[in-house]
Amino acid sequence: MYVLARRLAFYAVTAYVAVSVNFFLPHMMPGDPVETMIASAGGQLDQRSVAALKAQFGVDTGQSLWSQYWHYWGQLLQGNLGISISKYPSTVSQTIGAALWWTVILVGTATVISFILGTAIGAIVGWRRGSVLDNLLPAATFFQAIPYFFLATVLLYLFAEKWHVFPNADFKSYDTNNYVIGWNPGFVGSAVQHAILPALTIVLASVAGWIVGMRNMMVTTMDEDYVLVAQAKGLPKRRVIWYAARNAVLPSISSFANALSFVVAGSLLTELVFSYQGIGSLLLNAVQSEDYPLIQGIFLIITFAVLAANLLADTVYVLLDPRTRQEG
Amino acid sequence: MSSLELNDPVLEISGLSVDYGFGPDAVHAVAGASLTLRRGEVLGLAGESGSGKSTLAYAVTRLLRDPGVITNGSAVFYGKDGERDLFDLDEEEMRELRWSQISVVFQSAMNSLNPVFTVGVQLTDVLRAHRKDMGRAERKRRAAELLDMVGITADRLRSYPHELSGGMRQRVMIAMALALEPRVLIMDEPTTALDVVTQREILQELGELRERLGFAVLFITHDLSLLVELADTIAVMYAGRIVEHAPAEQLFRNPRHPYTEGLLGSFPALHGERRAMTGIPGSPPDLRSLPSGCPFHVRCGYAMDACSTDVPELLPIHWEPTEPRRAACLLHTDGFQAPETLSRTTVRGEEIGSTL
Amino acid sequence: MRILRNRKTLSGVILLLLFVFLAVFGPTLAPYQPLAIVGKPWEGPNGSHWFGTTQEGYDVWSQFLNGARSILIISFLSGVIATVLSVIIGVAAGYFGGLADNFLSMLANIFLVLPALPFLIVINSYLPAGNKASTALMAAIISLTGWAWGARVLRSQTLSLRKRDFVDAAGISGERAWRIIGFEIVPNLVPVIASSFLFTTLYAMGTYVALTFVGAVDVNAPWSWGSMLFWAQADQAAASGAWVWFAAPGVAVALLGTALALLNFGIDEFINPRLRAAGLSRKGLRAVGVNRRHTLGLTPVVRPAGQSVLASQAEIIEETV
Repeated sequence: MYVLARRLAFYAVTAYVAVSVNFFLPHMMPGDPVETMIASAGGQLDQRSVAALKAQFGVDTGQSLWSQYWHYWGQLLQGNLGISISKYPSTVSQTIGAALWWTVILVGTATVISFILGTAIGAIVGWRRGSVLDNLLPAATFFQAIPYFFLATVLLYLFAEKWHVFPNADFKSYDTNNYVIGWNPGFVGSAVQHAILPALTIVLASVAGWIVGMRNMMVTTMDEDYVLVAQAKGLPKRRVIWYAARNAVLPSISSFANALSFVVAGSLLTELVFSYQGIGSLLLNAVQSEDYPLIQGIFLIITFAVLAANLLADTVYVLLDPRTRQEG
Repeated sequence: MSSLELNDPVLEISGLSVDYGFGPDAVHAVAGASLTLRRGEVLGLAGESGSGKSTLAYAVTRLLRDPGVITNGSAVFYGKDGERDLFDLDEEEMRELRWSQISVVFQSAMNSLNPVFTVGVQLTDVLRAHRKDMGRAERKRRAAELLDMVGITADRLRSYPHELSGGMRQRVMIAMALALEPRVLIMDEPTTALDVVTQREILQELGELRERLGFAVLFITHDLSLLVELADTIAVMYAGRIVEHAPAEQLFRNPRHPYTEGLLGSFPALHGERRAMTGIPGSPPDLRSLPSGCPFHVRCGYAMDACSTDVPELLPIHWEPTEPRRAACLLHTDGFQAPETLSRTTVRGEEIGSTL
Repeated sequence: MRILRNRKTLSGVILLLLFVFLAVFGPTLAPYQPLAIVGKPWEGPNGSHWFGTTQEGYDVWSQFLNGARSILIISFLSGVIATVLSVIIGVAAGYFGGLADNFLSMLANIFLVLPALPFLIVINSYLPAGNKASTALMAAIISLTGWAWGARVLRSQTLSLRKRDFVDAAGISGERAWRIIGFEIVPNLVPVIASSFLFTTLYAMGTYVALTFVGAVDVNAPWSWGSMLFWAQADQAAASGAWVWFAAPGVAVALLGTALALLNFGIDEFINPRLRAAGLSRKGLRAVGVNRRHTLGLTPVVRPAGQSVLASQAEIIEETV
């Protein structure tokens, strides 16, 4: 598993870069970072929060930049991401923690569904080359270009406002008026109901990419000799398609990294539209209230989550392609 | 060798024509080919690249890729359930017949084996598809048996194609092809990618397997020298037509078609007197613009006026009609005189073509 | 040009030209300023306001016409910068190999994995307010996250070109590296660079609109469709039934993206001929009486009737009986 170890090391380096960027960015901008935050908060911060900020960003503490840097790392490894300005006195970790699970479940499920659906459809379209299904492709291209949040807005408008299938204003992630978070059926049911539209948005917006990618790879794979051999062997058609698809899917998995970046971006914005209480809405609020610690904390958490997902995809790839298991 | 003529036919190709593409731009890759393969016979199909030999073989099994189309002829297969024209069959009938009665060994084993599945899976999938009554343990046993037949240990069932050497992969392909004990094995340049030593070994193993199992082989190659020891009969193709078809030894010693003579003159004998190597003047034909009349006449040393207008048919030799051989050359038809070099009937002084 | 014969590419070009027209002449054609109160709030589409008005009473049609310019400028500018970066980094990594390659590849991979939107939001949030309105700065920042993919592709293309004989020949004859790169390698990469440029521009457009929607950039200057979407969301246009307000800019963005994607499609098919609808088309097959969706595994037979030897034999037997 030499390959996986190398990938892990790479992700560690990336994480390191992300953390470092996070630290140095405020110091690279003109002026004192804390002063900027105080100014943008409009003087609403009390002494304690100002002191907390200064401590977090190492201003006025007489430390050199480097020791501030190590201090920052120390805090990070203890899980301390700082104090949130807008949600004071909650810490950034607490704030993010409350919202993280909503996002992970929504985006995780939707992405998996989208991938499976997309590659399956793509395999069939690629297999039946030259048929009417090829006309799906321009439609898929159009769908690929639709911004996530626009699709979300359209769905919200159609299903909530016009057709009243789903609750309208104050969409949120579950019916906050009637249910409490917990494993009670009312809550779970409401949560699922509120998750359908956002999930649908993510699936619809991302599935086209998988379809086109898989279709192109399928077309190329079908030119390979081993697919013709499978036909020559008189294997049932489904088996032949499987033999081809099993090879054609590999590039999709390895391009998962790229795709995930788009899905994350799109999901954040989708949450916005639906007031879904995940990281996306949190980020928007943070930006609007210029809550820098929160913004940076969210950026870090998202980065780590993306790296973890990539590692997962890499593992799946190694499992599926025996050629990568060659040592050296 | 002559007892072969008494063997029943197993594959009878008549007037096969194959095009690439449609309409006026269609390329005629094979034109009016007729051939009979008998039970247990090894028929070598030889020719340059572009001669149509692979096209013919793939067309017969209907494995020809886009944009190939069969435009004429028939291919009657004498199988276990009687005789059927392969061009009449629908998808399901074809699927059933494939591999169980006619199997193919493709050219490059590296590309022919699916890289993400083990050797074992690729051996047992045909058993699963065609022998529904076999259980899993039985299939595994049969797969091990097949590997053993080609000299590979059973632990290789769990190997992936990229873990095997070139020679081993080719052997796996052969074992795979024989899994259902077919009547006909089509081999498309199976040893081209291998080194000479491995080549030799594999051809030898092939010969032994054929002795044991009695299948017929259609062996496609551009290298005539490979066919010396292996083939019973040889058919030579040029520009999509079969130009000569004769028992192997007769073809090597006493060729009748000028092209065959040219081919034979192109490879040296290991033993015997030194001989100047002669190539064939000119260049291989462009299938999109063939010469009129006989396609070979522009490169032929014996060309006559008639050769540029009349297309010769593959016929028995006019002046030795009882011999089981045919040639597509006007020289051997009524009204013409064949030159001495193309009408030898005695054994030549030197041993021919022991390059192996 | 052969590329233009492809239907997809052609439609992409036409669509794109439409948007360029809109970008150039839009603001001049608009009856009002985007942020001028010219009507009653929440008007639906009517004679004086074709797209209705916003919550403040701004004219949506004027807003729409003004929205194309900055998007196109920033997207293309960002695409150019990112493509130039990716050519320099990708070709250098592929050509020089060794340590340089390792370092540059690592750099590209890092930027590829880092989630772009959150990253850009963080950067933008620290910008002083004045800079958030700068077109050039915005384009530059966005291109920071857009170059990595193209660099990777160009690197692998350069690697395979480098092994080709003509590059070796140039090297042996003493040509200097930059000349080889400039005159032998890059000209062969033009289709790939073109495709990469389109893809990057598409990405930049999507990212810029997203950034505006989130409010990470100055929402009112320069005015863009993203601005319209931001305000439509903030003022709950969807919930209030004012669908034209959010539909117009959204569809426009989607169509512009489609135009770029179609162009890209065409170039992709040009680069990889296998993707074209090659071989026997269904029409061709049907013309000779074969109805088949695909022909892999079963070569079609189109011989004249009465060819089957067995059929004719059977006929003969029947006749004699």
